[in-house]
Amino acid sequence: MIVQFKPSALGQTRWYEYLVRFVLGGAMTVVTGLIAARFGPVIGGLFLAFPAIFPASATLIEKHVRERKEKAGLPGGRRGKEAAALDAVGAALGSFGLAAFGLVIWLMIVQSPASALVLAAASWLAVAMLAWQVRRWL
Amino acid sequence: MLEYSLRFLAGGIAVSAFAALGDTLRPKSFAGLFGAAPSIALATLLITLSQKDAQFVGLEGRSMIVGAFALAVYSWTVCVLLKKFLQSSWTATMVALIVWFAVALGASAALFQLS
Repeated sequence: MIVQFKPSALGQTRWYEYLVRFVLGGAMTVVTGLIAARFGPVIGGLFLAFPAIFPASATLIEKHVRERKEKAGLPGGRRGKEAAALDAVGAALGSFGLAAFGLVIWLMIVQSPASALVLAAASWLAVAMLAWQVRRWL
Repeated sequence: MLEYSLRFLAGGIAVSAFAALGDTLRPKSFAGLFGAAPSIALATLLITLSQKDAQFVGLEGRSMIVGAFALAVYSWTVCVLLKKFLQSSWTATMVALIVWFAVALGASAALFQLS
């Protein structure tokens, strides 16, 4: 299975759906800052991995797949749920990458903040892709 | 106020960018990796670094590992609710938030005693 890049898929998302993601993402970042300021970094850090926009994304995926199938005259309910479930599997695998991101930040940020952020982002991508590849092999 | 406006803008841009990238990728399971992208973390940590010391950010990173574990359990729960119990995406992702909170706060309390 080859990973494909399809820029045309961006056209399926409506403007208000982009707006919802932007507002949810912005709001969650503000809330995370408020939680860290009120309860400290131990609790605040947990919310850096909060599934803030996952509900909106999964709902959009289910809706888009269902609409596409129904347009083709096929029942789309179950296919929509399956597509959203696959997205959830990906998010579960991506969580390993997110843990690697946090680990690098924890171990390196005091010594070299800029390098730590770059290495953490690279670690997220590498570990997430490795986890996805390992799942394919199993 | 300016700080929180900046947070809102940076978080909105980062989340939208990762989500749009995920939209363009196939298969769906690979695109899903971007559902666990460090979008909020990148936006938050950069701003926090400009205001607090690096040790504060380091502690956030340590907690983020626990949060990521909770996210993995959450995502797996969503998958089960969708495939086995045929719930709608909205219901599955909302109900599973209980799991995220339970795992994140429970594990954090056990490991760090919520210090």
